Amino acid sequence: MTPEELQAITAKEQEADKQFTHHINVCVAASCVSSQSDQVRDSLAKRVKEAGLEKTCCVKGVGCLGLCKAGPLVSVESGSKKTMYQEVKPENAAAIVDNLDKAPVPGLALDNSIPFFTSQKKIVLENSGKIDPERIEEYIACDGYKGLHQAIASMSPAEVIEQVTKSGLRGRGGAGFPTGLKWSTVSKAGNGGEKYVVCNADEGDPGAFMDRSVLESDPHRVLEGMAIAGYAVGASRAYIYIRAEYPLAIQRLKVAIKQAERMELLGANIFGTTFSFHIELRIGAGAFVCGEETALMASIEGKRGSPRPRPPFPAESGLWGRPTLLNNVETFANIAPIIRNGGDWYASIGTEKSKGTKVFALAGKINNTGLIEVPMGITLREIIFTIGGGIPDGKKFKAVQTGGPSGGCIPEEHLDMPLDYDSLMKVGSIMGSGGMIVMDETSCMVDVAKFFMEFCMTESCGKCIPCRVGTVQLHGLLQKFTEGTATDADMDMLLELCDMVRSTSLCGLGQTAPNPTLSTLRYFKEEYLKHMREKTCSAGVCMTDAGDGAKTKEV
Amino acid sequence: MSVNLKKPTAPSSDNRWKLVDATMRRHGYDPRALIETLHTVQECFGYLDNQALRFVAESLRVPLSRAYGVATFYHFFTMRPPGQHTCVICLGTACYIKGAKAIVEKLSSLLGVNPGETTPDKKVSFLGARCLGACGLAPAAVFDNVVSGKLNAADAVNKVQKWLDNTEVVA
Repeated sequence: MTPEELQAITAKEQEADKQFTHHINVCVAASCVSSQSDQVRDSLAKRVKEAGLEKTCCVKGVGCLGLCKAGPLVSVESGSKKTMYQEVKPENAAAIVDNLDKAPVPGLALDNSIPFFTSQKKIVLENSGKIDPERIEEYIACDGYKGLHQAIASMSPAEVIEQVTKSGLRGRGGAGFPTGLKWSTVSKAGNGGEKYVVCNADEGDPGAFMDRSVLESDPHRVLEGMAIAGYAVGASRAYIYIRAEYPLAIQRLKVAIKQAERMELLGANIFGTTFSFHIELRIGAGAFVCGEETALMASIEGKRGSPRPRPPFPAESGLWGRPTLLNNVETFANIAPIIRNGGDWYASIGTEKSKGTKVFALAGKINNTGLIEVPMGITLREIIFTIGGGIPDGKKFKAVQTGGPSGGCIPEEHLDMPLDYDSLMKVGSIMGSGGMIVMDETSCMVDVAKFFMEFCMTESCGKCIPCRVGTVQLHGLLQKFTEGTATDADMDMLLELCDMVRSTSLCGLGQTAPNPTLSTLRYFKEEYLKHMREKTCSAGVCMTDAGDGAKTKEV
Repeated sequence: MSVNLKKPTAPSSDNRWKLVDATMRRHGYDPRALIETLHTVQECFGYLDNQALRFVAESLRVPLSRAYGVATFYHFFTMRPPGQHTCVICLGTACYIKGAKAIVEKLSSLLGVNPGETTPDKKVSFLGARCLGACGLAPAAVFDNVVSGKLNAADAVNKVQKWLDNTEVVA
């Protein structure tokens, strides 16, 4: 592949695109596919053919269009006019195609001037909902692999790292470690031997689906980011560790890797240079702890996913004892635009200490569930009430949970703070990978704390005692609260144990397991006391005859 | 030192073992390929049994204890044959907040088993999933590989009841 060839592909794609006056884009990410959007696409294509419009109207499957709750989504673009259709069924195809040049089909059209669509800022998701994720040509036509060429052809590895450092990008997996610093540590390690790049796509947090959407909507973006990272740190082999629960993302990645290899954008001697880069997939097998970096690497090596103490950090001694750069899907997805537009451009977005944008998955008791990308520094209130459309059924907002089982619940009083890594930490939660679960007055916070503790208890790998035994004891104590049998001594024990598990566990799973409990104790202590003293649950979840009966056990 | 490098023979002449062997061969029979190989076994046979573990462990030259350790560590691997139908209820946060617990309770009492178990007649495997990533459609479940979103307890019971009513003999 040469830059001229990249340009030729871009020109050809644009030329082919010009003949179409209408574009019908059907979302084929997992959420919409599960409501049969693939059949919708096929029947739209069939109808276009029947109407003899295939020369002027292009029907294709695209990545996530965002508003998952209204799926299957179809976006129709006619010049500058854009119509969005929601909950489309295959039998609606005729109406949509026949109305292409007329007013939108009534009853199906979705108002696309709502803040959900207009208040976002897209960098990671810039191609989502625009390109066909299974065609590399479309990615190339959107400046794809241009960043990789720029890096390899006109920048030294140190210059690439400098741009990433300048951008202020921090790890999007949750902890927010400065990406540039990690890259430069790996680049300096290892005395010239083999190094590895690993992409963490083991999105284990329940309620988070950002990485799945990015991989299903724009897989090449992640591959390009990884290749740039490989060039910068001096690695020629890479792995993507992805959960087995994401079959569609796995399939799209396989297709993408094959296409990139065929075009020699991955493999040996990329762009005719000495730089080679090979990416392999490793499929996880359902263990939450494998999101922890040392456990993840053990799993790639074919072992049980047990974490080990750090240091040594993976940057010095990772896969098979070699220096390893480990970043999250979203981190890699930010790299190509940073190289193309420069670190300063990226650093101009966001807050002082948290730059750029963040992708969030909105779920729970919120009107607009789906995927959004917003600049850092936006307030939670804007996300939940403006973009998210507020709470359904006239219910009252109670808390928003961020950071999954490692995070916390944030109450109403903190909704107006600007969102970044540090502000979330201050209120007792974490950014996490970006799952945001909204809860209303019908959710009991003690029950929610118990839910997360049960999660950590089952997912504890069993290696260190504080986590293995502590989470079981904590879960038992929380159970006492939900059953109305807790005493003052149990409350003291709960606090003491939280502190012990947090400070003595081996890895992040145990260290953060008490967070949901601690944050609900901090903001909703009266609920705990009510369960304890009055034996009532104001949300009506615990101590009902039907409640607490079913044991939820993992396979 | 004499090392027995003879390739172990497959447990049976079943053609599916050829697929398992192909996975191991692609990785050069490297012990690192253990998880990949177990994935293939489970894809082919639906579950892992002792015989399969023994064959894979010998072929990749890893101790049987390690193969067993890996197979039982990861939730995705199962050592029991699955039922004729599979119902996976998502137990992720979004689904939980939106009432997955009630669905689990209803199905548990209908089937008489807890999540993670198969009915004694091997008709239905009832499983819980950590998160399907379909949070926009919460509560979600997978009935025989088809994702079903915005579910309520009555719908779920109906779907499973249809399986139970179907009297065809379980192989």
